[in-house]
Amino acid sequence: MQFMLLFSRQGKLRLQKWYVPLSDKEKKKITRELVQTVLARKPKMCSFLEWRDLKIVYKRYASLYFCCAIEDQDNELITLEIIHRYVELLDKYFGSVCELDIIFNFEKAYFILDEFLLGGEVQETSKKNVLKAIEQADLLQEKIE
Amino acid sequence: MEAVNLLSSNKYTEKQIGYLFISVLVNSNSELIRLINNAIKNDLASRNPTFMCLALHCIANVGSREMGEAFAADIPRILVAGDSMDSVKQSAALCLLRLYKASPDLVPMGEWTARVVHLLNDQHMGVVTAAVSLITCLCKKNPDDFKTCISLAVSRLSRIVSSASTDLQDYTYYFVPAPWLSVKLLRLLQCYPPPEDAAVKGRLVECLETVLNKAQEPPKSKKVQHSNAKNAILFETISLIIHYDSEPNLLVRACNQLGQFLQHRETNLRYLALESMCTLASSEFSHEAVKTHIDTVINALKTERDVSVRQRAADLLYAMCDRSNAKQIVSEMLRYLETADYAIREEIVLKVAILAEKYAVDYSWYVDTILNLIRIAGDYVSEEVWYRVLQIVTNRDDVQGYAAKTVFEALQAPACHENMVKVGGYILGEFGNLIAGDPRSSPPVQFSLLHSKFHLCSVATRALLLSTYIKFINLFPETKATIQGVLRAGSQLRNADVELQQRAVEYLTLSSVASTDVLATVLEEMPPFPERESSILAKLKRKKGPGAGSALDDGRRDPSSNDINGGVEPTASTVSTPSPSADLLGLRAAPPPAAPQAPSGAGNLLVDVSSDGPATQPSLGPTPEEAFLSPGPEDISPPIPEADELLNKFVCKNNGVLFENQLLQIGVKSEFRQNLGRMYLFFGNKTSVQFQNFTPNVVHPGDLQTHLAVQTKRVAAQVDGGAQVQQVLNIECLRDFLTPPLLSVRFRYGGAPQSLTLKLPVTINKFFQPTEMAAQDFFQRWKQLSLPQQEAQKIFKANHPMDAEVTKAKLLGFGSALLDNVDPNPENFVGAGIIQTKALQVGCLLRLEPNAQAQMYRLTLRTSKEPVSRHLCELLAQQF
Repeated sequence: MQFMLLFSRQGKLRLQKWYVPLSDKEKKKITRELVQTVLARKPKMCSFLEWRDLKIVYKRYASLYFCCAIEDQDNELITLEIIHRYVELLDKYFGSVCELDIIFNFEKAYFILDEFLLGGEVQETSKKNVLKAIEQADLLQEKIE
Repeated sequence: MEAVNLLSSNKYTEKQIGYLFISVLVNSNSELIRLINNAIKNDLASRNPTFMCLALHCIANVGSREMGEAFAADIPRILVAGDSMDSVKQSAALCLLRLYKASPDLVPMGEWTARVVHLLNDQHMGVVTAAVSLITCLCKKNPDDFKTCISLAVSRLSRIVSSASTDLQDYTYYFVPAPWLSVKLLRLLQCYPPPEDAAVKGRLVECLETVLNKAQEPPKSKKVQHSNAKNAILFETISLIIHYDSEPNLLVRACNQLGQFLQHRETNLRYLALESMCTLASSEFSHEAVKTHIDTVINALKTERDVSVRQRAADLLYAMCDRSNAKQIVSEMLRYLETADYAIREEIVLKVAILAEKYAVDYSWYVDTILNLIRIAGDYVSEEVWYRVLQIVTNRDDVQGYAAKTVFEALQAPACHENMVKVGGYILGEFGNLIAGDPRSSPPVQFSLLHSKFHLCSVATRALLLSTYIKFINLFPETKATIQGVLRAGSQLRNADVELQQRAVEYLTLSSVASTDVLATVLEEMPPFPERESSILAKLKRKKGPGAGSALDDGRRDPSSNDINGGVEPTASTVSTPSPSADLLGLRAAPPPAAPQAPSGAGNLLVDVSSDGPATQPSLGPTPEEAFLSPGPEDISPPIPEADELLNKFVCKNNGVLFENQLLQIGVKSEFRQNLGRMYLFFGNKTSVQFQNFTPNVVHPGDLQTHLAVQTKRVAAQVDGGAQVQQVLNIECLRDFLTPPLLSVRFRYGGAPQSLTLKLPVTINKFFQPTEMAAQDFFQRWKQLSLPQQEAQKIFKANHPMDAEVTKAKLLGFGSALLDNVDPNPENFVGAGIIQTKALQVGCLLRLEPNAQAQMYRLTLRTSKEPVSRHLCELLAQQF
C-alpha cells in the first residue's frame, strides 16, 4: 500500500498516512485530485478504480471515506477488508466510532493504524492483539499520570 | 525542538506525543531527524517492548535514508533475536521492509536471512503475517537465497486452508481463516515458478483446489466481509494459477468461477472478474474457455453503469479476440464507441484498429472498419491509425480498388471528418484511376468532390490535397487544365502559409514544364512500405504501459499467424516523419522535393528531378527580379523604373500616395507594431470606365517568403469608374530581409490589358522599435558592436536643405529613438532601436553627423547583423 487517506463527504481530510516518500506539494496535489475523483463517484459504482499507475480502493462509512492506494499486483478485495478491519478497530476502541472521535482523538487513530499497518503492510490482523497493545499503552499512560 | 525533548522523555505520554509529532509532521529529510536518532537508539536498546515498538514505528514512518544509515544494521538483530517479544518482531520485520524499499543497499544481507525464512514457522500468526511481507520483498531481488521459503509457505498455506473456520480464533475474519496471511502467502509463491519437489507441488495443487471448491460452498455468512475475504483468497489463487500457467484443469476451473462472477450482483466482483479474465485470456489453456463468455462481456460493455467496469469489459474483449470472433467483437466495439466515454475513446479506437488489422480475413472488411472508425470517432483517430490504413492499402494491391471506391463513397457524405478527407485524398491520388472507369466517379467528379472539401480543411490537409492534385494530373491528363487553374489561383500561389504556397508554386511549375514521361516518373505510385512492427501497437503500449498488448504480441502464439496477417506488419515510421504535413511526395526516399527552408529559388529541386527533361534550368540572377520564378516570368512584369524612387518616399513615412498615372491612383496607409504590420492599399479608378479583371497581387521575389509573410484579402474584380477599392494586407516579418515584396496590379481597361509592378513599401526599418537609453549604455553597446562588418558608414552630399527639425522628423519616421545628450556635439544625431522579427531581434545604433559648411552628412550604422547594417545605411542615406 502506498498511502491511506480519510476524508469527509465535504472533502475535508481527516487522516493521512503515506508509506512512500513524497514532497508536501505532491501529497497535497494527490489528495486534492483523489478527493475530487472519489467524491464524484456514485454509490453503486465499484470500489476500485485505476488512477495513474496505481489502484485506488475506497469505501464509505457514514460520512467518512476511507481511501487506499495500492500497487498493480496488490489484492483489491483484501484491501477493502483492511479498511473494514481498521474501522472495526476504531469502533471497538472508541465504542461506535464517529467522525468526531477521529477529529478529537486523531493521535489514537494514528496509534491504532500503526499497530495494524506498518510500512504499508499488514502487521497484526488480530483485533484482540492490536487493541491489547493500545490498551497497554493507555494503561502505561494513566499509571504515570 | 520541543518534539525532540518530548521524545527523550522517560514519561510514556510525552514520548508517545513526541513520536507522533515526528511521524506526522516531520518531512523525511528534515534536519530534526538527525537530532532524534540518539533518542531512538536509546529506546531500541531499552528492552521495554512498548518503547521499542514506538521507536520502530517511528523509523518505519519516516523511512528516510538517514534512518536507514543509522538503524539498518540493528534491526535485523532485533528481528531474529530469540528473546524479542512477538510484537517487537512484527514491527521490526515491517520496519526493515520499509528501509529496504527506500534504500536496499543499506540493508546488509547475512546469516539473519536464513532465520527470517524460518519465521514462517513461527507459532504467532502475527509474526508470520509481518514476516511474509518482508520475505516477499527480499526474495524478488535474491530469489535463490530465499528458495527454502517455498515449501514452508506451502505447508503454512495448507494448514490455514484446511483449518476449520474457528481454529484460528482471533485470526479468523468473518469465518474465513487468516485471509490476509493467505493472500500474502499466495503472493509470495508468485515470486517463484511451480515447486520442483513433487510432494510440495502436490500439496500446493491440493490447496488451490480446496480454495476453488470452497468458492462453490454456500456462504457461512451473509456479510459482505465474509465474501470479500473469501474471494480475495480466491482471486489471489487464480493469479497464482495464471502465473504457473501449467495446470489446464485449474485454469479452466478458474475461468468458470470467474464466469459466474461476471453476472454477480456485486459490482466489485464483476469488475475483478473482468480484470482477472483478461489475464486468463492470454493463456493458451484457458483462451477458449474465456471465449465462451463473450456474450456476457458484450452485455457488460453495453449495460454496466460504471465506466471503470465498462473499461474492463472493453479490455477483456480485446484480450479474448481472435480470428473466430474478430468481426463480432470489432463491430460491438465500434457500436460502443458511439456512446463511449470521451476519456477512453482514443484507446478504444486504437484497439479496434489493431484488432481489425490483426484478424482481418479480407482487407475490404479492414478498410470498412477503419473508415467507420473515422466516421464515428474521427477526432480520436490519431495519425498512426490513418497512416496505417494507407500503408496497408499501398502494400496490398488486391484491396486498392475497393479502398478507392469506398473512400469515394464515404467522401460523398455532406459532412465528413477531416481525417476522412486525408485518407480519401491520399487513396484517390494513388489509386483513383482504378475507379475512374465508372462515369459516377470519373476523374473530374473525383476532383471536384475532393476540392469541395478543400477550403474547410486545415493547412496540413490542404497540403496533402495539393499533392493529390498533382498526382491527378499524372493519372488523368484531362484534369490538368482545371487543376492548374486551382494551383494558379491567388489563394494558393500567394497563400500566407509557406508550405501551401511552395507546393502550389512547385506543382504548377512541374506540371507545366515537365514532359509526360517525367511527370509519370516523379508522380509514380508509392512503393510498398517496409514491413515492421505496427506503430499503433506501440502507441497502445505507450498509453497503457507494458503488457497492455500482451494478448496480441508475444504472450500468445497465434496458431495461424503465418497467413496474410503475418505478412502485413509494416511500419508507419516512414509515414510519420516529423514534418508537420507529411504527404505523398514528402514520403519518398529520394530527397524531399522542397524543404520549407529551401535556400534558393523554390523551383530548383523539382527541376533537378527532371533535369533530363525539356525543362530549362532556371538560373538565379543577381537581381531579385530575375531570381523571381514563382509564377513564371511571363506572368509578372518587372517593376516600373520609378519603383525604387517611389519606395524611398515611404522609408520614413507610412501613409501617402504610392503611385499615380492617368488611370489609377494607389494610396497606402499602414501601421506596424513589433514584427507585425497591417497595410491598406487604396486603388482609385481615375477614369469613368470600369476596370475589369482587377487583380492586385503581392509576390515575394526569391526566398523572401521565408523572411516576410504577407497575407492579402481578395478584392472585387471590377472597379467602377471613379470608385475606389481597398485591399488589406497583413504582414509578418519572419526574419530580416533586404528586398521589398512586389505589388503587381493587373486589370483590363477598355479591353486592353494593363499591368503594373511596384515595390511594396515594406522595408526592414518598418519593424523598428525605438529604444531609449542613457549615454553610458549607448556607448557601451556601441563598443560591443565594434567588429568591422557590424558597422556601415556612408558619407554623402545633402539632396535636401539641411534642416535639423526635418532631419529629426525623418529619423523618427525611420523608426529609431532619438537620444539627446549622448553625442558631445549637439549638432549630431544619435538613435537606437531594435528590429523585431519573428526569428530574431537585431539591435541597431545609428549616428548622423551633418556638416553644414560642406553640405555633407556622415552616417554610421552599427547592428549585430552585417547585411542589416548595410541595408539600413543605404535606405537612410537616400533620405537626406
